Amino acid sequence: MKRAIANWGNYPVMESEERFFSYDDQLEQLVRKSQHFIPRGNGRCYGDASLAEETINTLKYDKILSFDTGNGIFECQSGLTLDKILEVIVPKGWFLPVTPGTKFITVGGAVGSDVHGKNHHVDGSFSNHIVEMEILLANGEKMVCSPHMHADLFEATCGGMGLTGMITKVKFRLKKIETSYIKQKQVKARNLEEIIRLFEEYKHYTYSVAWIDCLKKGKNFGRSILILGEHATVNELPEKFRKEPLRLPANKKIPFPFNLPSWVLNSFTVKLFNFLYYGKNFKREINNVVSYEPFFYPLDAILNWNRGYGKKGFVQYQFVLPLDAQQGLIEIMKRISDEGLGSFLAVLKVFGKQESMISFPKEGYTLALDFPVRGNLFAFLDELDQLVLKHGGRLYMSKDARMKPEVLEAGYPRLNEFKKIVQRYNAEGKIRSAQSDRLLLTTH
Amino acid sequence: MPTVLILGATSDMAVAIARKMAEKGYGIQLAARNVNRLQALCSDINVRFGAACTLHEFDALDFSKHASFFESLPEKPEITICVFGYMSDNEEARKNWAETERMIHSNYTGAVSILNIVSNYYGEQKKGTIVGISSVAGERGRQSNYIYGSAKAAFTAYLSGLRNRMYADGVHVVSILPGFVYTRMTEHLKLPALLTAKPEDVANAVYKAIAAKKNTVYVKWFWRWIMLIIKCIPEFQFKKMKL
Repeated sequence: MKRAIANWGNYPVMESEERFFSYDDQLEQLVRKSQHFIPRGNGRCYGDASLAEETINTLKYDKILSFDTGNGIFECQSGLTLDKILEVIVPKGWFLPVTPGTKFITVGGAVGSDVHGKNHHVDGSFSNHIVEMEILLANGEKMVCSPHMHADLFEATCGGMGLTGMITKVKFRLKKIETSYIKQKQVKARNLEEIIRLFEEYKHYTYSVAWIDCLKKGKNFGRSILILGEHATVNELPEKFRKEPLRLPANKKIPFPFNLPSWVLNSFTVKLFNFLYYGKNFKREINNVVSYEPFFYPLDAILNWNRGYGKKGFVQYQFVLPLDAQQGLIEIMKRISDEGLGSFLAVLKVFGKQESMISFPKEGYTLALDFPVRGNLFAFLDELDQLVLKHGGRLYMSKDARMKPEVLEAGYPRLNEFKKIVQRYNAEGKIRSAQSDRLLLTTH
Repeated sequence: MPTVLILGATSDMAVAIARKMAEKGYGIQLAARNVNRLQALCSDINVRFGAACTLHEFDALDFSKHASFFESLPEKPEITICVFGYMSDNEEARKNWAETERMIHSNYTGAVSILNIVSNYYGEQKKGTIVGISSVAGERGRQSNYIYGSAKAAFTAYLSGLRNRMYADGVHVVSILPGFVYTRMTEHLKLPALLTAKPEDVANAVYKAIAAKKNTVYVKWFWRWIMLIIKCIPEFQFKKMKL
């Protein structure tokens, strides 16, 4: 039975035959009988990466296979979501090596998007921490790959948007923690120059990210709050937390029950939100100890926050520019500010060195913004794409719902190598998505 | 650590029930036809909850082996949960005896066969709990689903009789009536979101029913009232309805 599905941006919406499986033999049968399909997890990429007329959903394929609590090696099936992993590993003194801003993604999705977090400049992306993984190819063959075994398949699968095959099992290394708390520091920056200087000044921090106000003009252009963090040691905890240093955070969630009408978000309300958000930090610097939950996953507390953008949905635009392209960053942000197209959340982060085949991160500044879908948005984004390319940057496929194939090609120098590997392992193009068709990664 | 036997352990509901009971401190015996499928669930509940878990081959339709199956369990479970069942398209089944027979045996005969054995043992022990997952479809036959429904009706009646018989022996029997649940069995159906439970809801209901010695449990409370209304419709009217 086909039904309408969409990813987190609620754009685009597609009629899809979505099939579930719990067991290896069921999956093998589904892969055999599907005409075409794309693997799909919790649908938390933003655009059309996991949309197709047929999808194979991994959410019921969610078993933990092993957990070496001495060495922090964890192995699970690809449909397990990060929130469930945290529930198991945190009480044992371990944490995810890399986590994006939501814990509601599957491990398969984390690999397929090669997700990054606030610690990219120190720990790299998710794929950096994979010991090995198993992939079911389109032809039904199972292959185990790692940086040392079938390295081509491994490299093209990390960040490869599911096009090489169905990721089935992933074994990865965890990060040792003493407590489930984060020693947090927040520093206000008056403008863009200052925030860039602060990133440099605080680059020894394991976790860093900045919330940035893209709509502010004049001398406060680029005003922001830099959020820094380290896993707290037991000694750094306030007395009241020390009894149970690895305590899991309480599970409180506020549902967002309906789609906001799209007129609610306009440049005025977004400015107001940004004003309040910036103003809530009264002092220039705040230091405190918080649970990992609000530090890493502030938006997860509001279930379905994507409904805030209305029924037409939104696209998230995330690009990275090389470190020396600060002018480009200013130019792009000015363009967004002039256009006045509202974005609740703009997030700035500095990536460390990374040279992957198809993963998004590379050394430089990355900015992510939301744009509600409106009439003239796509023409404007095409214009932004050209600015990003002009300054040597590229876009993140997991956020993308609309980029043109030339933009992808210009941003990813090893794209042809990637395409060849996809053709090797997915010879008949059986695995493909709306996105891979649009970006000419698969042919139809 | 007390042990729970889960019969038909590969279904979505069984997975949720196994996790719930393991979380609550029970050791788990998983029984199903295809034991290979159960390895991953076994390591999962072992890692998550530190619960002991063993695998046992069991075919609900192979009645002759039920006694030896129960005999062979390394330890006898304090609780037995009968989850297996099978539903296929009613139209298809009424033209194909094999399908009809499979539904009857999977939902009724097979359950009676194994639960007779389990309940006899519990009766001798003067303790034990049996949980049967039946269905609201068994409360009144409807044209769209009466073959499955009639098998479940028989199972519901069996469970109620068993509860009555075992009471004096201190053995408790729970009947669970889930209503619509998002599972593999219903994946192809368009289900009303408001009336549909998740496998985890069923698992919670099972655990609570065991703990509180409930008799008949509707997983979502309003199903009790929906079914009451459906049962109250006079037959001369009911027979004309498209249900």
